[in-house]
Amino acid sequence: MLEIRIHGRGGQGNVVAAYLLASAAIGHGRHAQAFPAFGAERRGAPVAAFVRIGEAPIRRRCQVRHPGFLIVQDPALLEVPGTLAGLRPGGGILADGAKPGVAGRDGGEIVTLPATRLALEHIGRPVPNTALLAAFLTLTGLMPLSALIHALEARFSGPMLEKNRILVETAAAQVESGRWKEVVHGVAA
Amino acid sequence: MALPLEGSQALARTVALCRPQVVSAYPITPQTHIVEGIARLVADGRLECEMVSVESEHSAASVALGAAAAGSRAYTASASQGILLMSEVLFDIAGMRVPLVMTCANRAVSAPLSIWNDHQDAMAVRDAGWIQLYCASNQEAVDTTVQAFRIAEHCSLPVMVCVDGFTLTHTLEPLELPDQDQVDAYLPAYRFAHGLNPAEPRSLGTLVSPDHFTEARLGHHGALQRALGAIEAADADWAAVSGRGCGGLLEVRGDPQARTGILVMGSVLGTLEDAMDADPKGRRVRFLKLRSFRPFPAEALRQACQGLDTLIVLDRALSPGSGGIVGPEVKAALMDMAEPPRVHNLAAGLGGRDLPLDLYGRLLEAVEGADGPLPFTLIDADPTQLPEADRPDAPLMQEAP
Repeated sequence: MLEIRIHGRGGQGNVVAAYLLASAAIGHGRHAQAFPAFGAERRGAPVAAFVRIGEAPIRRRCQVRHPGFLIVQDPALLEVPGTLAGLRPGGGILADGAKPGVAGRDGGEIVTLPATRLALEHIGRPVPNTALLAAFLTLTGLMPLSALIHALEARFSGPMLEKNRILVETAAAQVESGRWKEVVHGVAA
Repeated sequence: MALPLEGSQALARTVALCRPQVVSAYPITPQTHIVEGIARLVADGRLECEMVSVESEHSAASVALGAAAAGSRAYTASASQGILLMSEVLFDIAGMRVPLVMTCANRAVSAPLSIWNDHQDAMAVRDAGWIQLYCASNQEAVDTTVQAFRIAEHCSLPVMVCVDGFTLTHTLEPLELPDQDQVDAYLPAYRFAHGLNPAEPRSLGTLVSPDHFTEARLGHHGALQRALGAIEAADADWAAVSGRGCGGLLEVRGDPQARTGILVMGSVLGTLEDAMDADPKGRRVRFLKLRSFRPFPAEALRQACQGLDTLIVLDRALSPGSGGIVGPEVKAALMDMAEPPRVHNLAAGLGGRDLPLDLYGRLLEAVEGADGPLPFTLIDADPTQLPEADRPDAPLMQEAP
């Protein structure tokens, strides 16, 4: 089972990102679960959400304390205490950033891509979640991008869906396909 | 096919499948997405139903009461302070023996203010005379909601479906929703035996003298006790229709041969089951999943406890000045056993405190080697957060000299 924690700020679509990732996995025949860390839901406040993906039904409902991966929607949160807490050794951090990059961080690796900028360009809104998820699936090889597109189809239609589809493909092209394929096995819970 | 659904949205769609004719709700905090989802289904023309937005939970319960008494299948949902505000009407609904269904998205009660999960709200109305069914998962919440309408209408009693707030209501997971045909076949058309009808005028809930009040209570108490069979039957019948049962009144899980048991209500079960399977010490327990808290299935509980040496009852609420709430009821029921297990009453997870995997080991270690029942303990509390005078080891309060 893989555990993922998503950090962002209220209004950035943090819970939506968690729901989309779990929905993509369920649509792809996996078992998955997504839920927010239960904090005050204020716009701009740091928030977190959890995703579990596995081959078997997921029974536990506790918070994710030792995620294998972090998805960070606001790079400023990387400096906030607690954001990196509990990351499994060798785990991966995927974060929004000014430009694409890879670096070592906290015993793991951080990959950045300009997710907010891509979202602004393609869908006209500063919400990095879809671009980050596309990059995450590409890095980990967990599922094909079509699983994410399928999950987006439940939320969007028409031109907006088409714009999201282009955003997914553009964001995926900015990261190295399969780079975290081995990490996935190393950080399984 | 299992769909990725948030618990609240799944419940909204499930309620719609039950074809309610009136849904009333106070649509702001503490409310869940359930009534929001129902309102959308009505607005989109996908559910033919009178959706009444009211000005308080007191009114939400009153509208549901009036609608059901007048012959409509009615539903409402609330939690926390909302349950407290409607509590006066909850007693009325039950006392009038009006069948309706409410989801309680279980949350803590103020003060201090908390919006997070525990069972204090439902426990506060434990004695209102409603059937209370607790759900261990969102799938059970879906299936119990359908069953609740059948039980309510069969028994002429209101049913509260207790679903852990946030932990279930805000969690997305794969869920099987029933087909409309399955629900239609399972739920007969609504009929209330004592319904209001201008052709045959009658009063509900009117003033009774001391000559009759006790008998009204006696009848109500008996109706709840007789509902035990209806709850089991409703679950078995639904399992035959849908392929999914929820464990009737009480379900034994885990290792049925184990001499140590853990009794829980609600969604902590899955975490404890995972923890048992991954326990580095290989400790196995018999889990007792108590689904029906009202009516209280004392006989089923005694059966489920046969062969146990030790039973840990994990409460998710507190009766200040006494201790746990489920724990003492379990102890009372087991008094009649020839060889009852030793019962330890612990509580955890108040006000949304996370119930982690290591809770399993902590529960077992807390009672290990005890030569008598432990005093009631909030097992995940940190007394050092308190001023010394409030700590459990503080001296007894003395009268002022």
